[in-house]
Amino acid sequence: MSENKIDSIIEKYRGKPGALIHALTEIQHANHWLPREVLHKVADALEVPFSQAMQIASFYKTFSLTPKGRHEVHVCTGMTCHLRGAAKLMEKVQELTGLQPGETDAAAKFTLEAGSCLGSCSIGPELIVDGKHYGRMSPEKAEDVLNRYE
Amino acid sequence: MTRLQSAAELEDYRAKLLSVRDPAKPCIAVCAGAACDGLDSAAVASAFAAEIKKQAVEAKLDFRVTGCHGYCNKGPNVIAGPGDICYFEVKPEDVPDVIACTLKGEVLDRLVYRDPVSGEKAVHMNDVPFYKHQMRILIGDIPRIDPKRIDDYLAVGGYASLTKALLKMSPEQVLAEVKKANLRGRGGGGFPAGLKWETTRNAPEKTKYVIVNGHEGESAAFMDRAMLTGNPHKVLEGLIIGGYAIGAQQGYIYTRHDSPQMAEHIQAALVQAKDLGLLGKNILGSGFDFEVELHFDVGIFVSGESSALMRSIEGHTPEPRPKYIRTSVSGIWDKPSNLNNVETWANVPEIIGRGADWFTSIGSEKSKGTKLVSLSGNVVNSGVVEVPMGTPLRTIVFDIGGGVPDGKAPKAVHLGGAMGGSLPISMIDAPLDFDEMSKLGAPIGAGGLLVMDEDTDMVEIARYLLDFLVEESCGKCVPCREGMWQMLKILTNITQGKGRKFDLDRLADLAEVTSLGSLCALGKTSSDPLKSMLRYFKDEYEARITAGSQAQ
Ligand SMILES: Cc1cc2nc3c(=O)[nH]c(=O)nc-3n(C[C@H](O)[C@H](O)[C@H](O)COP(=O)(O)O)c2cc1C
Repeated sequence: MSENKIDSIIEKYRGKPGALIHALTEIQHANHWLPREVLHKVADALEVPFSQAMQIASFYKTFSLTPKGRHEVHVCTGMTCHLRGAAKLMEKVQELTGLQPGETDAAAKFTLEAGSCLGSCSIGPELIVDGKHYGRMSPEKAEDVLNRYE
Repeated sequence: MTRLQSAAELEDYRAKLLSVRDPAKPCIAVCAGAACDGLDSAAVASAFAAEIKKQAVEAKLDFRVTGCHGYCNKGPNVIAGPGDICYFEVKPEDVPDVIACTLKGEVLDRLVYRDPVSGEKAVHMNDVPFYKHQMRILIGDIPRIDPKRIDDYLAVGGYASLTKALLKMSPEQVLAEVKKANLRGRGGGGFPAGLKWETTRNAPEKTKYVIVNGHEGESAAFMDRAMLTGNPHKVLEGLIIGGYAIGAQQGYIYTRHDSPQMAEHIQAALVQAKDLGLLGKNILGSGFDFEVELHFDVGIFVSGESSALMRSIEGHTPEPRPKYIRTSVSGIWDKPSNLNNVETWANVPEIIGRGADWFTSIGSEKSKGTKLVSLSGNVVNSGVVEVPMGTPLRTIVFDIGGGVPDGKAPKAVHLGGAMGGSLPISMIDAPLDFDEMSKLGAPIGAGGLLVMDEDTDMVEIARYLLDFLVEESCGKCVPCREGMWQMLKILTNITQGKGRKFDLDRLADLAEVTSLGSLCALGKTSSDPLKSMLRYFKDEYEARITAGSQAQ
C-alpha cells in the first residue's frame, strides 16, 4: 500500500471533522490496518484531536491497530452457522492455522477472524477468505480451501 | 440525462421506456444476492453474458443480473421469462441450454424444482412451494430489476407514488394516510411509524432529518440487505415521501460497511435519482428540496440502536444515550430525526400508491401489511420470505420452509435474534404478529426466524446469544456490561456441567436487574432469549444442573 494512496484518501477529507469515520474506513479497507502515524496524519488533516481518532479506531472491531496477514480468514459465527456446526469448523481452522481469532501468524500469511453474520445464512456454515465465500463448509473441506492460499 | 420538471415529464419518460419494452420478449434474470453470490452466481452471470454475445442474440433476449430472488439455498437462482420459470442450482455449463430453451419458449426440464419426496415438478414461480405461499409485495419486483438501472424501477411503476405524494397530496395528507394504514416499524419495536413521523414533524426545530436504518446487525437476519441491495429505489422513494411529510430536507441511509455490492447499488441509485431530478432542488417542480447521504456503520451491533446510530452519523462512537427526550425530537446534531427501518420505508410507496385501505386489508388485526422474514437454521428451504402479518409460523416453517432436513424432528423456532426468544414446536400455530409474538415471549424483532432441530441444546443457545451480546455491548452502562457478563458466566458453567443448585434463581435476578437498569434495549432485552428458555425449556436447564452436580 503506497503512502500516496493513504495521503489521497486523507486529502479528500481535509478540514472535515465529521468525516473521521469515513476516512478511517477507507484507509482500513485499502491498507488493512491503521498505523499510528497515519492516525496522527488523519487527526491533523481533519482537525480532530488525536485522542478522538484513537477512540474511534480502537472502539470499532473493523479497525485494526496492528498489521494483518496477506489473507483474511473469517469464520462466520452467526446464529445459523452456529446451529449448523460453525464451532467445529472454527476448531479445525484454528488447528490448521495455529491462530486464535484476532491473531496473525508470524509469517503474516493468515489473520483469523471470528465474525458475526454476513447474511449468507442459507449456505452456512461459511468460511470467507479475502471476501470470497465458501459455503456449506465442513472441517475437512476447510483444509482444502486454506491450502489454496499462499 | 435531463432533470424531469413535472409529473407529466416523468410519465412521458416512463411511457417511452415502456414503448420499447415488450413483456413477451424472452428474458433471463440471474440472482446475485448474498447466498447466490457465495455459490458463485457471478460465474453463471458471466457465462450468460459471454454466451449471449457469442450467439449474438442480444436483440432477442433480455438479460439482467438482479438482487435476491429469495430461495437462497437453491442458488444460483435463475428466472426465465415470460412466465417466471425458475431454474435452480444453475451452473455455467447449463447456460447454453437455458438460453436455447428460453429463446424457443420451452422449459429446460432438468433444472426445474422437484419435490424431494414425491418428485413432482414445479415450473413457474407461483407453483414452487417456497414461493406459492408468499405474498411478495415488497420483494416481488426484485427479479425484474437491475438495481443499478433506475429505468428498470420506473418500468415497474416506480416513483409514481412520489409524484402522487408531492403533487397531489399535502404533507398532512401523506402523514394521515400513513397513520391510517397503521404502518408499524419493522426494525424490532413495531412502533407506529405515523406517530413517530408526527412527533418529528411537530418538533419546533426547522431543520429535521429522516434516516433509513439499514444496519441489520441481528444475526441470521438478511432481508433488509436483500431489499436494499435488490431494489434500492423503493426504499429511497419511501424516504423522499417521508421527508416531504415530515418536513425534512436531508435524509441519511445508514448501512453496513461490509457489503460492497449494497453500497454500490445505493450509491448508483442516489446518483441516478439525482440526475433524473427525483432528488435535489424542486423535485418534479413541486418546490420540495431533498438530499440524501450514505453513511456506514463500522461493525458493531449497538450502532443499529437509534441514538447510537445518530452519534455515529455525527462521527462519534456509537454509544446510546438515555431517552428522556426521544431522537424523533432531538437526534442528529440535536435536531429532530425520524429513524425507520429499511422495510418500514419500503412500505411507504405501496401505502401512498394503493391507499391505506388496501394496506389494512392485509395482515392481522393490529399488525397490518406483510412482513419480510429471513428463514434459516435447520430448515429444508431457506431464504428471504414475505408473508402477510398474522401468517401462522407453521406455514412459514413447513409449507414454505419444507420442515427440518435429514429426517430429524423439529424442536423449536427462534425469532428476533439475540434479543428475541425461542418457542417450542408445539406452539407452531402462533401467528406472526407483533403483539401475539411478544406475549409469547418471542418478539418478531427484525424478522430473523430460525428453525432448530431435535439436536439443539437450548442451554448452549442461550449461552451463545449472550456471548454475542457481551462482545457487542458498548460498555457505557454498568448493568449491561457487568450483568450480561455474570449471566454468561453462570450459563457457561451450566453448559460445562458445573451448574449449581440456585443458578436459575440467580439468573432470574440478574436478568431482572439488567433489564431494569440498562440504558438501551441491548441490555434491557439481553435476557429475553434466556427468559423464553426458562419459560418453555426449564426442564432442560434443571436436568443439566442436576446432572452436573451429580457428576461433581
Ligand atoms: C442494540 C440494538 C440494535 C438495533 N439494530 C437495529 C438494526 O440493525 N436495524 C433496525 O432497523 N433497527 C435496529 N434497532 C432498533 C432501532 O433502535 C429503531 O427502533 C428502529 O430502527 C426504528 O425503526 P422502525 O420504527 O421502522 O422499526 C436496534 C436496537 C437496538 C437496541
